[in-house]
Amino acid sequence: MSNWFPENVSTFGGDVDAIFYFIYYITAFWFVLTEGVLLYFLLRYRRRPGRRAAYVTGDSLNQLAVLLIPLAIVFVLDLWIDFRGAEVWAKIKGQAPPSDIVVRAVGKQFNWEFTYPGPDGEFGTADDLQMNNSLHVPVNKVVHVTLTSQDVIHSFFLPHLRLKQDAVPGREIRVWFEATKPGEYAIPCAELCGFGHSGMNGTLYVHTPENYAAWVKERWTKNGS
Amino acid sequence: MNADAATLTDTPAPVGKTGTWWFLASEIPVFGGLIASYIVVRLGSTGWHEAASHLNFNLALLNTFLLLTSSMTIVMAFAATVEKDYRKVANFLGLTVLLGVGFLVVKAVEYTTEIQHGFTPAAGVFWSFYYGMTGLHALHVAAGIIVNAVLWVGALRGTLAKNSHRVELAGLYWHLVDIIWIFLFPLLYLA
Amino acid sequence: MSNHKSTPHDDSRGFWSRCVFSTDHKVIAKQYLSLALFWALLGGATAYLIRWQLAHPDTEAPGWGYIAPDVYNALITMHGTIMVFFVAMPILLAAFGNYLIPLMIGARDMAFPRLNMLSFWVFFLASAVLIASFFVPGGPAAAGWTGYPPLSAKMEYTGVGWGMNLWLVALALEFASFLLGGVNFLTTTMNMRAPGMSFFRLPLIVWMQLTAAVIFMLSVGPLIAGAVMLLMDRILGTTFYLPEGGGEPLLWQHLFWFFGHPEVYVILLPGLGIVLEVISVFSRKPVFAYRAIIYATIIAGFLSFIVWAHHQYVSGLDPRLAMPFSITTIIISVPFAFVVFAIIATLWRSSIQFATPMLFAVGSLSVFIFGGLTGIFNGSAPLDIYLHDTYFVVAHFHYTLFSVVFFGGFAGIYFWFPKMFGRMMNEALGKIHFWLTFVFFNAVFIPMHLVGLRGMVRRIANPMQYEFLKPLEPLNMFITLAAILLLISQIIFVINFFWSLVRGKAAERNPWQANTLEWTTDSPPPHENFATAPMVYRGPYEYSSPETSEDWLPQDRPLSTSRAAR
Ligand code: HEA
Ligand code: HEA
Ligand code: CUA
Ligand SMILES: [Cu+2]
Repeated sequence: MSNWFPENVSTFGGDVDAIFYFIYYITAFWFVLTEGVLLYFLLRYRRRPGRRAAYVTGDSLNQLAVLLIPLAIVFVLDLWIDFRGAEVWAKIKGQAPPSDIVVRAVGKQFNWEFTYPGPDGEFGTADDLQMNNSLHVPVNKVVHVTLTSQDVIHSFFLPHLRLKQDAVPGREIRVWFEATKPGEYAIPCAELCGFGHSGMNGTLYVHTPENYAAWVKERWTKNGS
Repeated sequence: MNADAATLTDTPAPVGKTGTWWFLASEIPVFGGLIASYIVVRLGSTGWHEAASHLNFNLALLNTFLLLTSSMTIVMAFAATVEKDYRKVANFLGLTVLLGVGFLVVKAVEYTTEIQHGFTPAAGVFWSFYYGMTGLHALHVAAGIIVNAVLWVGALRGTLAKNSHRVELAGLYWHLVDIIWIFLFPLLYLA
Repeated sequence: MSNHKSTPHDDSRGFWSRCVFSTDHKVIAKQYLSLALFWALLGGATAYLIRWQLAHPDTEAPGWGYIAPDVYNALITMHGTIMVFFVAMPILLAAFGNYLIPLMIGARDMAFPRLNMLSFWVFFLASAVLIASFFVPGGPAAAGWTGYPPLSAKMEYTGVGWGMNLWLVALALEFASFLLGGVNFLTTTMNMRAPGMSFFRLPLIVWMQLTAAVIFMLSVGPLIAGAVMLLMDRILGTTFYLPEGGGEPLLWQHLFWFFGHPEVYVILLPGLGIVLEVISVFSRKPVFAYRAIIYATIIAGFLSFIVWAHHQYVSGLDPRLAMPFSITTIIISVPFAFVVFAIIATLWRSSIQFATPMLFAVGSLSVFIFGGLTGIFNGSAPLDIYLHDTYFVVAHFHYTLFSVVFFGGFAGIYFWFPKMFGRMMNEALGKIHFWLTFVFFNAVFIPMHLVGLRGMVRRIANPMQYEFLKPLEPLNMFITLAAILLLISQIIFVINFFWSLVRGKAAERNPWQANTLEWTTDSPPPHENFATAPMVYRGPYEYSSPETSEDWLPQDRPLSTSRAAR
């Protein structure tokens, strides 16, 4: 079961997975219970000659109570799912931790265009660096990505980091993540955006601190400034 | 109800009325959705007031007057059906149709002058909503005019008598069209 | 209106007014059913092509050929549109609603028979427009069945021109048709019930049809407005949804899902209604907690209006709004849990006969439970960050939709076929059809959850373009194989359907010994339904009642000692 998901490499990914398993156990319980009772009744109460069905309308309160008790449990479990969910939601989509790196991502048919502010830390200056479909970040650092789109809606999806956010034209939406393991991870576009939607796929390169420093150095010395 | 009638309340009038009310109930969300969209999008952006100032407030006021009057005349037509005075019914229905046509003519004048000044549907999001909302409303007015005109012809020919409850149903619809305009007018022309 | 002066049996209408431009609700129901089954073939064909492409990307699909990515997008768009609007709605609402409501309430026809005919022909027109859209230059709509702008708002983004416009027109016509139908359903049931047929003696499927009609009529309006706006953006150059002109792309999503979520219950409720009828008849027991089921579904109907943003958790919605919608979404499991529990309780100490309709009804319930439970995963906002737009969602909605549309729909067809066509369907073929459908359905869609959890996103034509999805290839091939077998299994149904139509054993009035009024008249019922007006003495589910020695007690049978229960 542990390999149901792709490997998790973000700080909050574990929380998302935990919510999944939490709901999984609750729903699995109800699934087994309802389907089990259903199957049992189906076998137990098959038509037999000479036996007549009981006349039970379920209208009186003490008959209804049989259902209302499990119903109350369903209700309580629902709330529990919500309460646990609210915490995780707040962690991911609420107040983001202060950023170490800010990157701009623009979706366009059919590429992810990433822009780094460069050493001066400001966008729109000469030392900006723009790349298609590759996002380089250091491990264990908080990265903010400012998402937007140039044409239609795209969706920025990092399956290994359990992060997804639509990139909407006319809006800037900020997301954050902190990768915990160096490696290369996919950035598929998750929202239908035209005939090139299939294959609109970037790569997230999570570097060790040394490698990242080397990459930064190489980029910004090569590009002048 | 004759003995053989298989149903509880099988007379056309209540059936027609229930049907009309459900129909109106499903019309309201159409404009409700449109108006809610207008409000939400407007709250999220700027420059709408300036755009709205290019509308012709006086013509819209005139149109409001025409529609309100027509709502009154159709009520009078309905009152006349109760009195079974079908000449009067015909007169009031005719007046209602005329007022409705008047509304559309004024609306058409408005559209043409606006378009001549370059305020086409493509001139910005205010104009999108302006043409969308008033256009959809105008289609409803046109539909109402057709219904009223059919009844009018019936009243003139004397065939309306056996279906006189239809005047009331048409009136319900016509009031809805009127009420929608009462919402559109301030939202577009005043705000 | 029943100002027909003819007696029920004297049917002197000609061929055209009897079979084509008929105002008889039974004929109209069959017209809807036939057209919808035709659409189901196309919906199945699109499913086949989609699956072929996903298992063997960029190879020639047998019987069709190479599927280019833009064609793939058109295929999924048409598949979703066809299945939801041209199969599910017409079968569950229009066909069963039209057929059953007047018969079950003891009326001779709908309140507005001509309006009823009009609504079918508007639907027919909608079908024709959608078919036409396949053949215009640029091909049919290709922006998904949800048609999100800006993708759908400008031709340059998809290359689709008139196809998209016609798609919108077809939807608008379809909505108009079902609005007219809804007015008819509601007016008929409110005003034309037989003497004694109080609201709490209505069969549950009638209640479900009414609740569905109300939900539909109150939710579709904003989308009609939205569709007009989208059409204007495409044709007149307005900018409702285009940010470069000050518009708002997310507006459409709100309008679409404000309708879209209630819509799934519009489909669900009539399906559940069929399941309830069938289970009661074949377990020879009253439906457990009849009234409470009605209240539960009405509550669910209300809730369905305040959950829509669960489709938009990651759309750019204000993050503070997500949790409120998540709470309402998950709470909606309470009324549905009640209905599920009540159906199971109905089976307790019953006497079950596994005829084909019963198999499909039980299959529908068991599949629905699974699909409902996966809805809870999606409903959790933080988890949906990951699940959204993956195959987990696709698997969820096939579990729910297939459950009601096909398992529920088949249960209804096998059950009412004798009434509709006067002949029995073949039981052996029916049972084989059930088991094959049940097994292959699960074989298709259980693995689909796994594919989704591994991160496979929706609406991609070629998963092999993604390194991290490559290991899923065998699973995708398995799914496709099972889907093809699922489709082939339906041939048994088609054979059974047409064979029974011509050769089936003649049906009695009441082959299943059921209580509701449609079984008290001939099979098939004459024009205007009842020879004499039925009189109703009791509720619809008096099976195994202590008041008689038989295990059924029709609604219209007077009992000397009748103290009419319920
Ligand atoms: C008939 C159709 C149908 C039905 C009945 C449902 C029922 C439900 N659906 Fe589903 N849904 C769809 C059709 C349907 N859905 C479709 C078509 C889409 C996708 C559209 C698209 O994007 O293309 C979708 C998508 C969808 C999403 C969006 C996912 C995404 O895009 O990210 C969500 C999220 O919340 C959701 C939730 C639910 C929930 C909570 C229910 C609930 O109503 C389920 C309630 C039932 C139960 C829970 C089972 C019975 C209860 C018990 C056995 C008791 C125990 C339960 C608990 C303790 C929880 N659905
Ligand atoms: C009622 C709804 C319904 C039904 C029944 C189905 C049935 C099937 N669907 Fe579909 N599907 C959708 C609704 C439905 N689908 C929707 C809404 C989408 C989303 C679209 C989008 O993203 O925009 C979707 C998307 C979708 C995808 C995702 C595509 C993508 O995202 O790239 C896939 C992929 O596997 C798929 C597969 C299938 C398969 C294999 C079936 C099989 O179960 C099909 C089996 C076929 C039948 C059961 C029909 C048999 C015919 C008859 C019974 C007729 C008999 C005729 C006579 C008697 C004359 N569907
Ligand atoms: Cu970009 Cu899909
Ligand atoms: Cu939903």
